[in-house]
Amino acid sequence: MKKFHLCCTVNGEKIEKEIDSSLRLIDFIRDDLNLKGTKEGCGEGECGACMVLLDGKAVNSCLMMAVQIHKKNLVTIEGIHKHKYGRELKDSFVKEAAVQCGFCTPGFIIAAQEILAKNPKASLDEIKEGLTGNLCRCTGYENIFKAVDKARKK
Amino acid sequence: MNKENFSFVGKSLDRVDAEIKAEGRALYGDDLDFPGMLYAAAVRSPRPRIRIKSIDDSAARKVEGYAGLVSYKDVRGINKWPVVLNDYPFLPQDEARFHGETVALVAASSRRAAKKAASLVKINFEELPFIEDPLKALEKDSVKIYGKDNVISSFIIKKGDAEKAFKDCDIVIEKEFRTNYQVHAYLETQTATAVPESGGEMTVYSSTQCPFYVLDAVAAACGLPNNKVKIIQSVTGGGFGGKEDVPALVAAHAALCALKFKRPVRLAYDRKEDFMSMSKRHPSWSRVKYGADKNGRIKACKVKYVLDAGAYSTLSPIVLWRGTVHAAGPYNIENIEIETYAAATNKVPCGAYRGFGQPQICFAQESLIDDLAEKLAMDPIDLRMKNMLKTGDRTATGQKIDDSCGLKELAEIVRKKSGWDKSKVQTNGDKRRALGFSCVYYGVGLGAKGRYLDRAGAFVNIYRDGSVQVNVGNTEMGQGALTVLSQIAAETLNAPMKNIKLSEVDTSKVPDSGPTVASRTTLMSGNAIIEACLPLRENIFSCAASMLKAGKNQIKAFGGFFYFGKRKVSFEEAVKECWAQRLKMSEQGWYVAPKTTFDIKDGQGDAYVIYSYSADIADVEVDIKTGEKTVHKIYAAYDVGRLINPKLAYAQAHGGILQGMGWAIMENLVIKDGIMRNPNFTDYVLPISTDVPEYDISFVEKLYKHGPYKAKGMGEVPLIGVAAAIRNAVKKACGVSLTEAPMLAEKTLKAVKEKK
Ligand code: FES
Ligand code: FES
Repeated sequence: MKKFHLCCTVNGEKIEKEIDSSLRLIDFIRDDLNLKGTKEGCGEGECGACMVLLDGKAVNSCLMMAVQIHKKNLVTIEGIHKHKYGRELKDSFVKEAAVQCGFCTPGFIIAAQEILAKNPKASLDEIKEGLTGNLCRCTGYENIFKAVDKARKK
Repeated sequence: MNKENFSFVGKSLDRVDAEIKAEGRALYGDDLDFPGMLYAAAVRSPRPRIRIKSIDDSAARKVEGYAGLVSYKDVRGINKWPVVLNDYPFLPQDEARFHGETVALVAASSRRAAKKAASLVKINFEELPFIEDPLKALEKDSVKIYGKDNVISSFIIKKGDAEKAFKDCDIVIEKEFRTNYQVHAYLETQTATAVPESGGEMTVYSSTQCPFYVLDAVAAACGLPNNKVKIIQSVTGGGFGGKEDVPALVAAHAALCALKFKRPVRLAYDRKEDFMSMSKRHPSWSRVKYGADKNGRIKACKVKYVLDAGAYSTLSPIVLWRGTVHAAGPYNIENIEIETYAAATNKVPCGAYRGFGQPQICFAQESLIDDLAEKLAMDPIDLRMKNMLKTGDRTATGQKIDDSCGLKELAEIVRKKSGWDKSKVQTNGDKRRALGFSCVYYGVGLGAKGRYLDRAGAFVNIYRDGSVQVNVGNTEMGQGALTVLSQIAAETLNAPMKNIKLSEVDTSKVPDSGPTVASRTTLMSGNAIIEACLPLRENIFSCAASMLKAGKNQIKAFGGFFYFGKRKVSFEEAVKECWAQRLKMSEQGWYVAPKTTFDIKDGQGDAYVIYSYSADIADVEVDIKTGEKTVHKIYAAYDVGRLINPKLAYAQAHGGILQGMGWAIMENLVIKDGIMRNPNFTDYVLPISTDVPEYDISFVEKLYKHGPYKAKGMGEVPLIGVAAAIRNAVKKACGVSLTEAPMLAEKTLKAVKEKK
């Protein structure tokens, strides 16, 4: 097993860790950091349940290696409230009934955070376009669109 | 709509579990950790049908952290998973019957090691002849893989004399239809963690709709009495029927590993193996025939309906039964002949999926009704209106429809909202756009075939500070049960919502309440909660009245307070007084569904306690150069009795509609030569954000007198009619009468070309 000395920032905290260099990012987050809010829905980059923000960009953590976040800034669902829109998104997902089973929700909130941070004036179509990487089987998406739109206006 | 003065029922309250889920703090099956936990992985059959000669794990033993192999030899109890017909072994001894079937399990210290080890286990086998096509399976000279005729289950309904009636009809129409699989694609894959306890007991944390099925299976596999097994439902990331029966198998496998290695064991499926081995919506074949007089009065209906059950029976008998009962559609028809079969094939066993055998046959018969309207030169809604079930009419099984029936109103609502009467086919270059209609009735609850399971328990305990614990035996899987049931408890006790706590099911805390399926949870657990709450309410209201120095009938209760004149006391104060008087502050409730019947000889009887209804209109655009479809809008109207929480009901409708649309036009699972070809989200295409139609939803609340606050059932209704409405819109738009779902672009294009 090849080791790697990883330095990064996770949810605003500096982290240094000896890790196995073949570790997937999602396993590092869930098992090593014990941050269980990041979910694995497919392991193949198709569902977005594993999304996290890496230097502000939403990425699928199941497709990346932990070593790829070296010297970078990682934000998971657990740290999203510290960001502009993070708390608003959480509140509006609750209020708009955009959460059902909830398994997709952290990934959607991460994706929505990226959309709004990049473009606070995102139109409904831009919101829809920005969420194409996230699957939800429960909600029919409609209330998710509403929730993102509402968080933007807050 | 809501004239009664409720504090909590009928209110669009936020979900009680939404915040914790949105913060990523809800603990799903794979989020739980236990000291010393091992990870299991399945060794799966590589071919559709094999005779197992031996299983060799010598290569796997070299994997670091390998704990060992679990095979049929490790089943301590009876090697039959108890479902309906009990033909599925927990682990096969000599024959494995579908590609992907779990043949053995390995356990290791990490997930990766377990997967690696599983891939190194060698199954020595001999290949056996297999069957893929359910219609071939039913032929006389087919290979027999199930009983003497490959028939898992079969039903008939005979009312009047259909053959004779067809002869007197002015118009008769008959067609064959096919529908393909649908994969549940719940976002959380199947997961169970078994934890051996002191004294030989076993606790299993399971992602499941039906903890009591899991209990039966784990107890049977481990050879333990039920009271030594405890099933705790972990927060469940979607179900839709896919977590009805199969979680029991996953949990039993985890428990067998835990029993052998005496350590906690996690078995979490990856997406591919979830696709390959877990239940699906059955593919179907049907032949439907309607006969009518020239005025459009439908005189006779004949249906032959075959479900492709897969290698084991699992839930097929009852899925088939629901399909059978509803096969003639929501119409008042005097002469009916229905004949149905679930055929065994060497493919993944199919089971429950939202609608439970109804959507397939609804697609067929609601399509054919539209074609009948065309032949009669009648408006498709007018034709249906003429024949539609209303109060006092009788269903195919001869059941009299009671006064909770809003079907006609529903049809009128969508007709009006969509502008149906004035609508015409719109042409825009290669695009053709039109509306299509369908309507549905849905028997709520398990019905006569499942009546022995149709009961539910509840336990309500009020603490001295006025907080309330409610335990029920039906589950939250995303549909909103925790919230809706909390509203019912709060309303009945006049307790503030925030005081109510409902938790995921723990089988040691509540009696077997049957499965969380068939849109029965609000009705069954809701009624059980009310029954438990009523004596408590009595005590609380008496104490409140005496504190207010008023008669019990003089006080007003609202929103967690009791009022008399200018005085008021809170729920908490009243509870405190109850405790001071040493009144009983905890109760059990038990609700048994009203009687249902079904005569196996002719299929006559009161099949379900009550029916919910829906009407859908789809606004669809077809590109006649490509066959691509865009579903612009779905107008849907539902009668599900009282809405306990309108906001959640709308949300559930959205999800059901989109699943229906996915099944109708895009989701396409491919099995060729017994091997699944696209077990992943890349090649099995699900609806995404940019596919979403506009939803226009209405409710008509036809109250059901035995329902909790007069509610019926909601969960499945929104999905069932969508595919047929889309199909009928496509027909209107470009004149092709499609007979297969999914209606993929290439096939539509072919039909359009053939028409020309
Ligand atoms: S788990 Fe990463 S995209 Fe699905
Ligand atoms: S809420 Fe269940 S998958 Fe989105």
